[in-house]
Amino acid sequence: MTHNLVLRVVSKTLIPLIIMFALYVQFHGDFGPGGGFQAGVIMSAAIILYTLVFGLDAAERVMPPMALRILASLGVLLYGGVGVATLVMGGNYLNYTVLASTQIAGQHLGILLVELGVGITVFAVMLIIFFAFAGRGRR
Amino acid sequence: MDFIIGHYNYWIVIVLMMVGFYTVINRGNLVKKIIGLNIFQVSVFLLYISIGTVSGGAAPIATEGVELYSNPLPHVLILTAIVVGVATTALGLALVVRIKEAYGTIEEDEIHKCDHTL
Amino acid sequence: MKGHLSLLLVVIPLLAAPVTAALTRARLAWAIAFAVTTACVILAGMQLWAVLNDGIISYELGGWAPPWGIEYRIDELNALVALIISGIAAVTLPYALLSAEQEIPEDKLPLFYSAFLLCFAGLLGITQTGDIFNVFVFLEISSLSSYALISLGQKRQALTSAYQYLIMGTLGATFFLIGVGLIYSVTGTLNMADLAQRLPELTHLKTVHTGFAFIMIGFALKLALFPLHLWLPNAYTYAPTVISVFLAATATKVALYVMLRVLFTVFPEGFVSTTPASELFILSGIAAILSASVYAIYQANVKRLLAYSSVAQIGYMALGIGLASAMGVTAAIIHLFNHALMKGALFMAIGAIIYRVGACRMENIQGLGRQMPWTFGAIVIGGMSLIGVPGTAGFVSKWYLVLAALEQEAWITVAVILLGSLLAVVYMGKIVEALYFRPVEETNVDVKEAPMLLLAPAWVLVIANIYFGLQTEPDRRGG
Repeated sequence: MTHNLVLRVVSKTLIPLIIMFALYVQFHGDFGPGGGFQAGVIMSAAIILYTLVFGLDAAERVMPPMALRILASLGVLLYGGVGVATLVMGGNYLNYTVLASTQIAGQHLGILLVELGVGITVFAVMLIIFFAFAGRGRR
Repeated sequence: MDFIIGHYNYWIVIVLMMVGFYTVINRGNLVKKIIGLNIFQVSVFLLYISIGTVSGGAAPIATEGVELYSNPLPHVLILTAIVVGVATTALGLALVVRIKEAYGTIEEDEIHKCDHTL
Repeated sequence: MKGHLSLLLVVIPLLAAPVTAALTRARLAWAIAFAVTTACVILAGMQLWAVLNDGIISYELGGWAPPWGIEYRIDELNALVALIISGIAAVTLPYALLSAEQEIPEDKLPLFYSAFLLCFAGLLGITQTGDIFNVFVFLEISSLSSYALISLGQKRQALTSAYQYLIMGTLGATFFLIGVGLIYSVTGTLNMADLAQRLPELTHLKTVHTGFAFIMIGFALKLALFPLHLWLPNAYTYAPTVISVFLAATATKVALYVMLRVLFTVFPEGFVSTTPASELFILSGIAAILSASVYAIYQANVKRLLAYSSVAQIGYMALGIGLASAMGVTAAIIHLFNHALMKGALFMAIGAIIYRVGACRMENIQGLGRQMPWTFGAIVIGGMSLIGVPGTAGFVSKWYLVLAALEQEAWITVAVILLGSLLAVVYMGKIVEALYFRPVEETNVDVKEAPMLLLAPAWVLVIANIYFGLQTEPDRRGG
């Protein structure tokens, strides 16, 4: 599809919007419907659209497989790290209250970080799965 | 009649569940088995969501002026179950791809034949 | 620190898994995995000690009080099962260093250890949690990683057996999920202790009975209880040796633990006797012992033989549950513990032979017993324990099982237990005969004893078999 001009132009304008929407879903998650799972999937959809239009090689230059593997681990570690931080600060595991001075601020910060971790991991894992299937016949 | 209409969500769940289950058991094609498994899981998701509904309740998002909400817990549980379902499907399909590469087919009976002629 | 024990046991392996996944050096990944499992053994030991001294430990995740939040609730049974799992994992990893390096491509090894840690974390999580939906989540964590681990086997049949296990395992887990949903719909709670309080008033409801049936069938699939065991022989035969060792010694045990928990903690006393569950457990136990033992006799592949023997041994545990007396359940728990020891030792010893000759059919291994005396010794003692020779761990559990059956004058059950032991003599005898009394294959004449790193873990388990065979008081193991 690399020669299809309309598709290329349309997707080039769409991809930033998709990423914007993903970020909105990610960070608005504690006020309305949304959160890490959905945001991660939407974000990866942007890259998948890019792959479909510009090809797998170009996409792998944007998102190298090793970087994805590290991102996937990093997300889980961010989640777990918040838990460990709450342990160190004297609360039970994942008790966000201890993260900040007031309970509401602590819960807010905690869930934001945890959802960010979820988002990063879901994004990376969806792409790893997609690349694994798409790249299978190539070698 | 009331029994049938009043419990319509359960009927949908049962029908979907049996369709999925039958596909898993009956189909020899490995991809179709996974599709069956997905239908089977989706029926369980529906079961959870529908028992979490409170009649007249709003979606469980805190809004001013709303007193009655549906039970949000089943939604959270099912969000987890959906993620598990996606992981299972991905792993299952990955195995099917590898099986296709190793055997050259994804029909169960042909795979059995391949293994027995060895 | 002490208050967080129960949680650290799950979180440490769960967080170590992504770290190993991001690595590229296999040895480093192994070192992390080994450090984590060793730490878990120590933590699990401390936890068991704490439970034995101070009673039930309850841990509130996120500071949310149960029944709203997830609670980890540890009593003697969980603490014991957690210790078994971490112990087996810690013994398996030194073994994995050589065995896995031989069987699994170098670049996949970090991911292999990552999946191993995930599986380990999932199994530990099932034992720790006091929330029934959380059981499902951890069950799927451990199952998904074990499907991936099994598919890493060298033969292409590993792929089909992993696929078969995936289908069966997912069906089982989904059945469990349906059961949990039905129970939740009438009780409105997912916390096991809370369920135990609310269920007694609701036992007349059809929904509760249906939910109970779904949960039982779901876990019977995971437990490989006859006749739902068809995935097990293939999975154990074609998985990498290390994984056969680990899964045979832990995965089915955890499924049994959940069954015990649901039967005797969650559902009120007397509920089980209103359902046909006990009779079904006894029937399928008898069928498992007889049919799987006979199947085992006719297997030419030693790993497959041991896998069928596992199905038979699960039958013994089902008998213990089915007898539904204190003695029967004690016997089931002791057998759960002992079977982990003996099957671990046997699979490790067979793995040592596979490491040397690369195959494990009867004709490949014949005569090797004379060239590999230590491996052979491990197989003989492990086999004796499996048969139930006095002085080995297997004898103790079968003794309690027979006592439990005699208590209820269930003569057929007693006869089946004894007959099962005789059949075990036959199939273990076949291995020993092939190993010792038949001539060596020409290609195997210069095969030497297995390396120390494979023998030592096997012998640790063998010695444990003897130790717990002489240590016969059941309460020492929390039973």
